[in-house]
Amino acid sequence: MKKFRADLHVHSVLSPCGDLDMSPTRIIREAREKNIDILGISDHNSTLHCRLMLELGKEAGIFVLPGVEINTKEEIHCLAFFENADITDEFQKFLDMQLLFIPNRKEVFGEQLVVNRTESIIREIDGLLTVGLNTGIYIVLKEVKRLGGIFIPAHIDRPHNSIISQLGFIPPDLQFDALEISARNSVMNFRKSHPEFENLTLITNSDAHHPDFIGRATTNFRIESPSFKEILMALHNQLHRKTFIG
Amino acid sequence: MTVKEIVKKLDLKVLAGNDFLEREVTGAYCSDLLSDVMGNALEGNLWITLQVHKNIIAVATLKELAGIILVKGLKPEAETLELSEIERIPVLSTSDSAFSVAGKLYQFIEK
Repeated sequence: MKKFRADLHVHSVLSPCGDLDMSPTRIIREAREKNIDILGISDHNSTLHCRLMLELGKEAGIFVLPGVEINTKEEIHCLAFFENADITDEFQKFLDMQLLFIPNRKEVFGEQLVVNRTESIIREIDGLLTVGLNTGIYIVLKEVKRLGGIFIPAHIDRPHNSIISQLGFIPPDLQFDALEISARNSVMNFRKSHPEFENLTLITNSDAHHPDFIGRATTNFRIESPSFKEILMALHNQLHRKTFIG
Repeated sequence: MTVKEIVKKLDLKVLAGNDFLEREVTGAYCSDLLSDVMGNALEGNLWITLQVHKNIIAVATLKELAGIILVKGLKPEAETLELSEIERIPVLSTSDSAFSVAGKLYQFIEK
């Protein structure tokens, strides 16, 4: 069993708030320089860069977890990850159905670009991606689980768009795989001030919108080798797999 | 003024908690962030919101609110209604927006 360093929350130029330098090519190069072994791609409500990220990651020896940062109807941000590109595409259909069309004003929110490996723009997304879906967190979670995905409420310690800010507390019957603490906090401090989370898996990620921030917070997995199933087992501390910080 | 009187005056629909309308209303609070309601709503307040998740009942119970008014004709989740009866928190509904219902309510409640 070996230790692998993961940053599972990274935005590309597809997210309106993602810096123009956040092309998949640049993200992978940056992740390599920062010794990231496992990288999650999680743009707002869209998975359109996942296939390219998977390709580039494979070439660079970085395990890419294809995913998305969903904004639910309650305006709760949640990370979801899937086993492969086909399943991710299946989830994209759900996103397409549930996302209300509100035209993006790029001078206000930023550009939403799909690029290729040479960083040329191949598509611009017209509908604002950061709006809340038309479905609540329970239905979203059900769809993620139907597709065998990983579900992680994001930055739960933040005063905006976190499950705690929106719902007051975490519903005890919500079947998440882990909870994310933002890079502005530390998991150790959070655990100290919230003893009620003692038995839950907490992870932390960069939530990078700019290349400099990739890897500013990371989570370690003790697993056999990087794979979707191994990571899922690590999140649940099964069969000696472990998730730990530091 | 009791919840019951307000239901009548504002022509609200009682979705659940019909047996718990006798409470005196102390005021109202408008917010869709449950963490904000936990921090700022006062005991006996009516809470005006668009949130339909079952956590609204837990928050209302915690703050001992007089009831919840759901705006824009939004339908609560089934579990929200079940919990409403258990926790004795009336769930009321209006087709008005939060702005309109708050404006109407303001006239009836002593500041």
